[in-house]
Amino acid sequence: MSVDLVRVSFTVNGSPYDLELDPRRLLSDALRHDLRLTGTHVGCEHGVCGACTILVDDAPMRSCLIFAVSLDGAAITTTEGLQSSDGGMGPVQRAFHECHALQCGFCTPGFVTTVTAYLRDHPSPSPEDAREAIAGNLCRCTGYQNIVAAVQRAADLVTEGATGACVAPGTEEPT
Amino acid sequence: MTTKMFGERVPRVEDARLVTGNGRFLDDLGHDALEAGFVRSPQAHARIVDIDVTDALDVDGLVAIYTHEDLEGRMGERLPLLIPHPTLTHGRTPYALAKEEVNHVGEAVVMVVATSRYVAEDICDRVRVSYEALPAVVGVEAARAAAHLVHDDVPGNVAAVMVQRTGDADAAVDAAPHRLELDLAIERSASTPLEGKGVLARWDADDRSLLVHTSTQTSTSVRQAIAAKLDLPVDRVEVVTPDVGGGFGVKIVHPWPEEVLVPWAARRLGRPVKWTEDRREHFVSSAHERGQLHEVRVGYDDDGRLLGLSVRFWHDNGAYVPYGLIVPIITSTQLLGPYKPGVYRVEFTSLYTNTVIVTPYRGAGRPQGCFVMERVMDAIAADLGLDRTVVRERNFIRPDEMPYDQGLVFQDGRQLVYDSGDFPASLAKLKALVGWDDFEALREQARGEGRRVGIGLACYVEGTGVGPYEGGHIRVETDGTVVVSTGLTSQGQGHQTMLAQIVADELGVPFERIQVTTGDTRRFKYAVGTFASRTAVMSGSAVALTARTVRQKALSIAAQALEADVEDLEVVDGLVQVKGSGGGSTARIELGTVAVLSNPLRYAFDEAAARATQFAAPADPDTPPVGPGESPGLEGTDYYSPARSTFANGMHAVVVETDPDTAEITILRYCVVHDCGTLVNPMIVEGQIHGGVAQGVGGALYERMEYAPDGQLVNASFMDFLMPYATEVPTIEIDHLVTPSPLNPLGVKGAGEAGVIPGSAAIASAIEDAEGITITSMPISPSQLFELRRAREGRP
Amino acid sequence: MKPAPFTYHRPRGLDEALEVLAALGEAGKVLAGGQSLVPLMSMRLSAPAHLVDVNHVPGLATVHVDEHVVRIGALARHSQVEHDAAAYDALPLLRQALRHVAHPTIRNRGTTVGSLVHGDPAAELPAVLLLLDGSVTLRSAERAREVEAASFFIGPMETALRPGELAVAATFRRPATGSGTAFVEVTRRHGDYAVCGVGAVVGASSARVALLGVGPGPVLVDLPDAVRDEPLDDERVHALVEEAIDPEADIHASADYRRHLAHVLVRRALAEAHHRAPGRAA
Repeated sequence: MSVDLVRVSFTVNGSPYDLELDPRRLLSDALRHDLRLTGTHVGCEHGVCGACTILVDDAPMRSCLIFAVSLDGAAITTTEGLQSSDGGMGPVQRAFHECHALQCGFCTPGFVTTVTAYLRDHPSPSPEDAREAIAGNLCRCTGYQNIVAAVQRAADLVTEGATGACVAPGTEEPT
Repeated sequence: MTTKMFGERVPRVEDARLVTGNGRFLDDLGHDALEAGFVRSPQAHARIVDIDVTDALDVDGLVAIYTHEDLEGRMGERLPLLIPHPTLTHGRTPYALAKEEVNHVGEAVVMVVATSRYVAEDICDRVRVSYEALPAVVGVEAARAAAHLVHDDVPGNVAAVMVQRTGDADAAVDAAPHRLELDLAIERSASTPLEGKGVLARWDADDRSLLVHTSTQTSTSVRQAIAAKLDLPVDRVEVVTPDVGGGFGVKIVHPWPEEVLVPWAARRLGRPVKWTEDRREHFVSSAHERGQLHEVRVGYDDDGRLLGLSVRFWHDNGAYVPYGLIVPIITSTQLLGPYKPGVYRVEFTSLYTNTVIVTPYRGAGRPQGCFVMERVMDAIAADLGLDRTVVRERNFIRPDEMPYDQGLVFQDGRQLVYDSGDFPASLAKLKALVGWDDFEALREQARGEGRRVGIGLACYVEGTGVGPYEGGHIRVETDGTVVVSTGLTSQGQGHQTMLAQIVADELGVPFERIQVTTGDTRRFKYAVGTFASRTAVMSGSAVALTARTVRQKALSIAAQALEADVEDLEVVDGLVQVKGSGGGSTARIELGTVAVLSNPLRYAFDEAAARATQFAAPADPDTPPVGPGESPGLEGTDYYSPARSTFANGMHAVVVETDPDTAEITILRYCVVHDCGTLVNPMIVEGQIHGGVAQGVGGALYERMEYAPDGQLVNASFMDFLMPYATEVPTIEIDHLVTPSPLNPLGVKGAGEAGVIPGSAAIASAIEDAEGITITSMPISPSQLFELRRAREGRP
Repeated sequence: MKPAPFTYHRPRGLDEALEVLAALGEAGKVLAGGQSLVPLMSMRLSAPAHLVDVNHVPGLATVHVDEHVVRIGALARHSQVEHDAAAYDALPLLRQALRHVAHPTIRNRGTTVGSLVHGDPAAELPAVLLLLDGSVTLRSAERAREVEAASFFIGPMETALRPGELAVAATFRRPATGSGTAFVEVTRRHGDYAVCGVGAVVGASSARVALLGVGPGPVLVDLPDAVRDEPLDDERVHALVEEAIDPEADIHASADYRRHLAHVLVRRALAEAHHRAPGRAA
């Protein structure tokens, strides 16, 4: 069995790539193992968990449900591409940190990409909107509450010069 | 000055790498490795007749195909029974690759090694295994009936029967003025971390050593297990835990077949080999939990006080019992919660079925026990027409009765003695938080709007921080960096942050200078693992004790250098100084400099070292540079080993709404009062509670492992195994009560599992309250609630 | 969970795509959004020898609206249709239904036409096409044909699409002016396939519903007695629906619960559609 490799060109986080791939190579595997961008994680490989969510031309999509060769000409963004320009945490990433919106961190890159795209269209979501915005991604650690808070915090941070801190609902200071 | 870190909401040091995509999980490693795949049994119970690999041999990229026949020596023997128990009379464990017989769908039969996972799966597709089907035993009732046997040599499918009693409970029940009998059931769910298991092994033929990375909750014990199976000296094996994408119990089991097969193949092939479990494999070849049937007899007085409690239950342990009886032992003991049961007797039977093995999943038998006890409390309240909180309050152990001995033996082989807790105070807080006493007004208001609401609660006590021990090692580098290691592992609990907070205060160093490593046997060889909400108690106490040792060493070295008395010195913000000098004195010395002085040198390999060489440092020429009882380096190792477990507790209250038409169940409010002793980092503790509650909600309303009678797991995907999304989890309101544990230097009790324990109990209580229908089985779906309504109305 | 090998084709034009499909016949499988196909391939429940990727065929990502119909091109993603203002004005039911299709991330890639061709009996769009007397345009190298919804859906995961054909568009007929529409569902989790779902159109002199989850495919029920300006005859609606559905039990719901839901959701959908009908007295 020999494999006919297929040529595909796209950009990832602004860098151009020209690859020859087995056409069955899932985009998630191409990013992780061919480009070594391992920030995109694979949690179910059937499109339900959302850990592998990346942006294709700014729209969030499941990288486990796309063959890499199908994205000829596309602009792909992963969580690595959402860092700040100095290599630190970007605003959405910082919001997750400030709000303790991650524990094991395995699902987090899929949330970061999803939330980044969402906030472009919905700059000031209510808590209900924020919850709905992340409803296609599974997290087994956080119970989502702090992720909801992080979506709202990120909305603040995306705005220049935001101050203040994460406000998490439902918590009381220890007595 | 040094800011106190213990007790603060310190943001996590783990986050920066994880949010930017720079974490390193198992499958992020070993891009050069060969990849393994497995042919797994499609049958629940069958004899293997033949394995034909002919069609697979011409696949490009094939490296090796292994069956049980290839496994030499100890590799061919059964995997270990990790936790033996005298009552586990018929313990059976699997082989790494099935030998002659398979006992559940998903059991590994053939291992394939190939150049990529894609090719490995191509090859697996072409391996033909012929089976002779045997009758499958699925579910507790089939196992109990024992019309067929899972293992020919295990009569009645019974792995173990265990009884504990504090007296003649049935006589006490019979003599009580009021009696009730309840049958209660909980179905299977599973830990289901977002990252499955995974193993990467590299064999260094020159060094004759093995380096294994595995997504585990216990690297030290995996190391021992691999060495034993591969017949290697333990010091030729190192096991490293990379970032782990959640565990929740399933990764404490070890060695998984793949954890020995992958290293074995790597050594045999002389090449790195990796296996990354996929989601389908995780469903059918990891572990499940929770499936139990319970029969309860309870006797009580006119006030609802328990006089006797007799519980029998049947535990579905799946096809094998590598992890022993931990889950049913915990159910049988922790069932008692914050209550005095009167005379208690519990008997459980652990049964084999042709299903995936059952091992601890967060909560580990406690959710079932809590469900049983809290259903009993609600039933008594209903029977006597009492408020549900009143019945609970009357049965509570009082604070002045602490420490309280329940008269049973716990999962660690020690007496079940509660160390502390103030249950009446917790309940008062919970009632205030949820507005328990005002609920009837809300119910009336809702009724007026055509809506149906209900409120419920559940209380639990959780044995946490079980032994036998954990250790810590701390070394201060010459640049002042503080390197901390502990042997147990992390799966997202923020151990690097939490342990650094403890060390910062105990050692007197800035938080930012501390680097914590967990779960790397190259750094720390002795550990037990991460389970039973034990890290803050065990490793927290261990690093605290270690920090005190290192601090004492630093003070004595600095005392010599500063020509001061040890008693007059303190360590503040990484500086050793005279007490009360407020940093103004010149008589102070950095800890990094103390580290330099602690290590007398001949060679000046860097600037710091130059200050410690034999011609640089004035020293008494007639005493040895390293005195008797001293050792070079500013470092120390210490261990913490408690006589008994700590006992955390909590109480949850839930308000639900049930749709009168569609029977959909919505959680309107979820309130938690939690007592885990002192809190190292409240932000992290609350995060643990949030996650636990979400799993509790999942277990109560959404998740169940659905086995067909033939042993097929019919919902082995995230499409049909319904883990909650954000839209299914309510906002969680938390209040804390702090009763410090008297058992450890920090007063902590552990918080990892707490949130999940009372979920099914509290939600069942609320649904029962909303519907007026007795709930005896969880989880419950809208369809099941609909059927219960119909049954009440007497329709077929 | 990795797909089996296949040969990949990336036509750059419609004619080329049709030629490739013609040459491949039974062996060729079209890849558009892939949100249903790729997971089936990763589970190796589907292993086509040839995959014809139409994502690079120009001119297919269209949403056309005129006074009679909304026509969706083969490469229009669910989200494109959902957010198309003209399509929403013309036919609100599309957005009402599309919001129930999985999650937004899936809708960003999955195509509306692809969902029809997949023919999942639990999916929303086949019910909508049926409800609106829609049709699917099938092209092959030799000819084009228009297949009415009623004959397009043959059974579970089975449609009238033949080897060599590409579904290039789906046409949804706009209901008569003055109609109101609604789409309601009960799902286990937000975004899951429906346990039961109902789409409804209520017009001046007609009403109809399409149900999913209560039969081997979407079930269309005409309710001639249930007209807009008069109270619905609940018993008549119940009888007509009861006669049309044949639900089965699965792991999520009993057959009786589905049957019960069908009636509850039909009532809700009709009420909502009725409420939305323009010109209705407030």
